[in-house]
Amino acid sequence: MSAINRGVRALKNSAKRYSLAALARNAFNGHNQWTEAWRNAKPREAYDVVIIGGGGHGLATAYYLASVHGIRNIAVLEKGWIGGGNTGRNTTIIRSNYLWDESAALYEHALKLWEGLSQDLNFNLMFSQRGVLTLAHSEHEMKEMSRRVNAIRLNGIDSEVLNPMEIKALVPIIDINPGLRYPVMGGFLQKRGGTARHDAVAWGYARAADDFGVDIIQNCAVTAIRREGDQVTGVETNQGFIKAAKIGCVASGHSGVLAAMAGLRLPIESRPLQALVSEPIKPVIDTVVMSNAVHMYISQSDKGELVLGAGTDAYNSYAQRGSLPIIEHMLEAAVELYPIVSRVRVLRTWGGIVDTCPDASPIISKTSIKGLYFNCGWGTGGFKATPGSGHVFADLIARDTPNAIAAPFALSRFESGHLIDEHGAAGVAH
Amino acid sequence: MSHQPYRLASGGHIDRDHEIEFTFNGRLYRGHPGDTLASALLANGVHFVGRGFKYHRPRGIFAAGAEEPNALIQLGHGPRTEPNLRATQVALYDGLTATSQNVWPSLRFDLASVNQWVSRFLPAGFYYKTFMWPASQWMRYEHVIRKAAGLGKAPTDRDPDRYEKMHDHVDVLIVGGGPAGLAAALAAAATGARVMVTEAKAGFGGHICFDGAQQIDGQPAAEWVTAAVAKLQAMPEVTVLPRTTVTGYYDHNYITALERVTDHLGNTPTHLVRQRFWKIRAKQVVLATGAIERPLVFADNDRPGIMLASAVREYVNSYGVLPGRETVIFTNNDDAYRTALALDDAHARITAIVDLRAEADAVAGDLVAAARDRGIKTYFNHAIIAVSGHRRVTGCSIMELAEDGTTVTGPVTSLVADCIAMSGGWSPSVHLFSQSRGTLSWDDEQACFIPDVAHEATVSVGASAGDFSLAGALKNGLKGGMEAARASGAKGRQPAAPKVDPVTEMPLRAIWQVPTNAGKGKQFVDFQNDVTAADIRLAAQEGYLSVEHTKRYTTTGMGTDQGRTSNVNALAILANARDAHIPDVGTTTFRPPLEPVAIGAFAGRAVGGQFEPVRSTPMDPWHHANGATFEHVGQWMRAWYYPRGSETMREAVDRECVAARTGVGILDASTLGKIDVKGPDAAEFLNRIYTNGWLKLAVGRARYGLMLGEDGMVKDDGVTVRLAEDHFHMTTTTGGTAAVLDWLEEWSQTEWPDLQVYFTSVTEQWAVASICGPKARDLLAELSDDIDLSDAALPFMGVSTGTVAGLPARVFRISFTGELSFEINVPSRHGLALWTALMAAGEKYDITPYGTESMHVLRAEKGFIIVGQETDGSVTPGDLGMDWIVASKKADFVGKRSLARTDSLRADRKQLVGLLSTDPEVVLPEGAQVVADLKPAPPMTMLGHVTSSYYSANCGRSIAMALIAGGRARLGETVHLPLSDGNLTAVVTEPQFFDPKGERLNG
Ligand SMILES: Cc1cc2nc3c(=O)[nH]c(=O)nc-3n(C[C@H](O)[C@H](O)[C@H](O)COP(=O)(O)OP(=O)(O)OC[C@H]3O[C@@H](n4cnc5c(N)ncnc54)[C@H](O)[C@@H]3O)c2cc1C
Repeated sequence: MSAINRGVRALKNSAKRYSLAALARNAFNGHNQWTEAWRNAKPREAYDVVIIGGGGHGLATAYYLASVHGIRNIAVLEKGWIGGGNTGRNTTIIRSNYLWDESAALYEHALKLWEGLSQDLNFNLMFSQRGVLTLAHSEHEMKEMSRRVNAIRLNGIDSEVLNPMEIKALVPIIDINPGLRYPVMGGFLQKRGGTARHDAVAWGYARAADDFGVDIIQNCAVTAIRREGDQVTGVETNQGFIKAAKIGCVASGHSGVLAAMAGLRLPIESRPLQALVSEPIKPVIDTVVMSNAVHMYISQSDKGELVLGAGTDAYNSYAQRGSLPIIEHMLEAAVELYPIVSRVRVLRTWGGIVDTCPDASPIISKTSIKGLYFNCGWGTGGFKATPGSGHVFADLIARDTPNAIAAPFALSRFESGHLIDEHGAAGVAH
Repeated sequence: MSHQPYRLASGGHIDRDHEIEFTFNGRLYRGHPGDTLASALLANGVHFVGRGFKYHRPRGIFAAGAEEPNALIQLGHGPRTEPNLRATQVALYDGLTATSQNVWPSLRFDLASVNQWVSRFLPAGFYYKTFMWPASQWMRYEHVIRKAAGLGKAPTDRDPDRYEKMHDHVDVLIVGGGPAGLAAALAAAATGARVMVTEAKAGFGGHICFDGAQQIDGQPAAEWVTAAVAKLQAMPEVTVLPRTTVTGYYDHNYITALERVTDHLGNTPTHLVRQRFWKIRAKQVVLATGAIERPLVFADNDRPGIMLASAVREYVNSYGVLPGRETVIFTNNDDAYRTALALDDAHARITAIVDLRAEADAVAGDLVAAARDRGIKTYFNHAIIAVSGHRRVTGCSIMELAEDGTTVTGPVTSLVADCIAMSGGWSPSVHLFSQSRGTLSWDDEQACFIPDVAHEATVSVGASAGDFSLAGALKNGLKGGMEAARASGAKGRQPAAPKVDPVTEMPLRAIWQVPTNAGKGKQFVDFQNDVTAADIRLAAQEGYLSVEHTKRYTTTGMGTDQGRTSNVNALAILANARDAHIPDVGTTTFRPPLEPVAIGAFAGRAVGGQFEPVRSTPMDPWHHANGATFEHVGQWMRAWYYPRGSETMREAVDRECVAARTGVGILDASTLGKIDVKGPDAAEFLNRIYTNGWLKLAVGRARYGLMLGEDGMVKDDGVTVRLAEDHFHMTTTTGGTAAVLDWLEEWSQTEWPDLQVYFTSVTEQWAVASICGPKARDLLAELSDDIDLSDAALPFMGVSTGTVAGLPARVFRISFTGELSFEINVPSRHGLALWTALMAAGEKYDITPYGTESMHVLRAEKGFIIVGQETDGSVTPGDLGMDWIVASKKADFVGKRSLARTDSLRADRKQLVGLLSTDPEVVLPEGAQVVADLKPAPPMTMLGHVTSSYYSANCGRSIAMALIAGGRARLGETVHLPLSDGNLTAVVTEPQFFDPKGERLNG
């Protein structure tokens, strides 16, 4: 594997660069020298590339187009505020221990980019490699786990198998009583996995992209995609028409809506996915722990909140909220595995709309329309892919040809049938 | 009352006849029943109870209710300890213990309070700008940050308490038991409608309880409240729930509420649940949730002793407690004058009222006039610019406001104060209304957001609708309650509004941040998260312009109070920094729960043994009595193997497998999914769902079928029997039943509604014993005299109905072991009787019960697949070598088109093969990956993996199945299995290891 081209570092010689010196300077002059992290740009008439969707993936795409490919006449159009979609709603689990070779390559590419990304962007993303542990609760799950661990290892990705005692040592609040309804029989750990601060990812990419001249345009909703023949020409927005020969759609749950604007249909269903945090408490759990059989996952943020999630609601929806039963099941599971959390209190619950493909793998693809590209279908688990997704999507837009990592995720797989079915991998899918 | 130096001689709703003891930070204090922890602490002169989250500055009791941001305490110890409780909501009981949290080593000497001296290095968002050098060190920095973060501590033991779920349907749900809510309830209840009233506090009346001497219909307001509650409680269709907080407002008026049953009792009686989590479906909802007072934003406004003006009044009037002996009142509105009057009534000293408004704009108000009449000194057009005192306020400095209110000028006046009562106006509690997706509008005159367009069937009344007068609350409460009752279908006349003397109040002056030109202390906006006005301005300066960005960058409004007292101030300061109008900046979303709710309350009874039901078969007692070990299979517990004496698992399984092929084995197959399929189009439906043909299956015959997903991948399998022309009995895999039933319903309801066919789950209705082996027929013959078991009458895949052991039975001659085999289905209630009869009659054939492990081995010997083991959603029938079951000539079936896709036709797809370990004694690990080219280290190209692998006593060696790329072209090749602890080798074979021709089916 060749080294990843991480591109030109952002804000290298900029006066805006964050440094100890800048911090000290500002500490003594009332912080009046900090400038805008990114300009509140208004749309210009035309761009080389327009990215629709100011989530992590869209912003990362713009950043890598600028830093790796030198394309800097770019606008990122966001209908609300950047990071306000799933990027700012997710539970930030990052790992690359996927089953299939194609997924492993993609998510490992992302994980390698995560490592060092704070420095690339000159923005502390609080990327924390605290380890992600996946539990097995039955003979069947133990066997599945062994298959997965062997595959992960042979793909050159780190993975360790733990027995219940080792799990207890790592996660002291877990109940490993063999009499549990679904006893903890084992688990596998990716130490390089962990979490990051979701908002910071959007802001860090935005600030770095802005430094290269990328226009980040908020409150700018795309309402139509214009084309001449089979070539796109621009987008209609609530801030007027914007011309572009290349358009990258990175709109997660609303991808289907954008596709419809271009007369395309995507094999995507959009559903609510919920998560919640507890009140902050002193640290009780350092590792991210996921369980399929006892359906939920848990981690603790640097602020002290327990962060919990589970599966999607069963129905399709564009409303960014879910139903109560999902929350109840999630919390029953929490008490089952971690009895001490019973008196800890839920602070906030919320939902996001996740875009899921039939094979639970993303779409990174050209379309039948020239200059129109889609990056979507990340469903319940795309945050971890953010840098990798942006990196390969930028490459696809710049060269109009997918690279080896992106190629398997083309739309054509739904015609050929070359699906990358990560459903098994994604029972609790993060 | 020397014990409680700040307790007034009279007043309040406390029980003065009893004194109770409690400890705070290890010190013993006294209070009265009816106190909250906060009121009792104040009665003892204790304001300083905690420290700020970031700078660790001393913090005091700030409010008197749910909006308290500062006084978060750890209650109790041991398994019932609870972190982050607001002292203002904790009912005092005898023996209560509480401590400050997140301080070390103690509240007074908290080491982290050094943060306040280096605070200049810690502006909003400083995390994002630092801790990046050197790159490798973040994890270390983070470790320190994590230790410093968090508030209180979780218990270290299991929760000893129980929680209950309650469900109710009501015509009208009234949220809030203040004057507006009670009026609404009276009106709605009078119609006979089914009404529920919830009140978060222990007592009803809301503001009436502490607003002082008001009259309703000529009687003291408190008496009106008591009478109203008594009247409601006496009505059969009315449910009155005190100590119940509505926490969530979901679609279609689905409401959740938390009732605290025992939290206010020191000793939890064992027969009571701790909390009840209500789920209420209401035809109509009346929101009467009141309003929350806003603090003023001025320098060092976080010092202990600085409180909300209404809270000061509540402590005086409801608890007979004096928060300070010398109070300064700082206000921008008339309401705080009520606090001045209350203090004056209690003969407490009021140093002065500092009013941000010009005298001319205030004097016409009744309350302002009353204060003047009592000779209370008032500084109009003045602001507090500095505060003295550290762990307790000792005084403040005030200056006059310049013309436009953006600067202060003139001489400084110093005022003595051990308490500052501030009021920045009121914000209606619109949180639930927002949760229900109602929209808000900005009321410029009252400077607050009020409900605008409702999305659900809901109406807001009283202060939560921006109607702050008592008269208005009563009048609109009655109206709202009446309208809601009518909208729910009830009839009746609206009662007349009670008489209340009107009070003239003058508008407030919205100065969102006191000018900073003459002072420099921190001006806190969000007290819990230590966010200052400067932080909000910095966020705007750095381009975090959206209110959501500001919120996330500064963390304002993200504390456990969800910004109750800070949101509007933060928004206004942001608007000012952006030079925008407040409503144009927008609001943030309120998310359920309204107030923090214990995880245990959401979980309810579904914990421990009731987490998820264990499914077991009717024969389960026999398995237990006969020493079976069990295995989890989905929700089922299935007998895994039956060790005899000191047998190991391997020995037991070997014995069971041999017996099943030489004598007679018996398996409890009751867990197999069973779906009754009926209707004139049942056969046509099956013909479309399964890959093979079903139209011509004769009545009384069975057929094996494969179901595919639309992607052409194997989804489930099983044998289905035709019981009648229009009636089938389908079996599915044990784990897949529910999903298959869903699948059938989905196709039937959404794609082929024209087909008349109905599905019923009958898994639980039938118990199944499967007997197999050369002696199976002999055994069955002994127990059945009305079923002809001959090959001619009951051939392979034949079905008969009759009696077995005198029990009504359906006998299917089908086989998952490759042996002569019968599946005997009886109604569940006869399952155990059937099993014991078979065991008794089988004794002479040495009948051997076998479990799921042997079942797996036996079918693997024959190369039969198990869906979910040989398949994983990426496997076609062709991959499994099962093309024979795909009726490619059939017009269509689910998945057919996908089988024709290029990828489905690739020659190098992963195909099912056998694997024979080079060392026959070695059982290849299931899940091992297979490679052709072994490399010294990863990465390596994988061909596939071992799906099933066992030691087979019948074959005398280990056997395995695997899915391998281009597998069938590799027959005879040697492959490698690299494992973490060494490598194994194996030879690729056909995936049948025993009786490959299938000659044993007939015994
Ligand atoms: C509750 C929850 C938990 C999750 N947990 C995890 C996890 O632990 N780990 C993980 O890896 N993933 C997780 N995910 C998934 C992850 O959040 C997403 O896959 C990922 O963030 C998607 O990023 P994005 O940039 O593609 O989409 P988004 O962040 O959703 O960005 C898309 C943007 O497009 C904008 N947009 C849409 N339509 C238009 C239009 N017409 N014009 C202009 N702009 C438009 C939207 O406003 C939005 O900001 C979770 C998701 C949710 C909801």
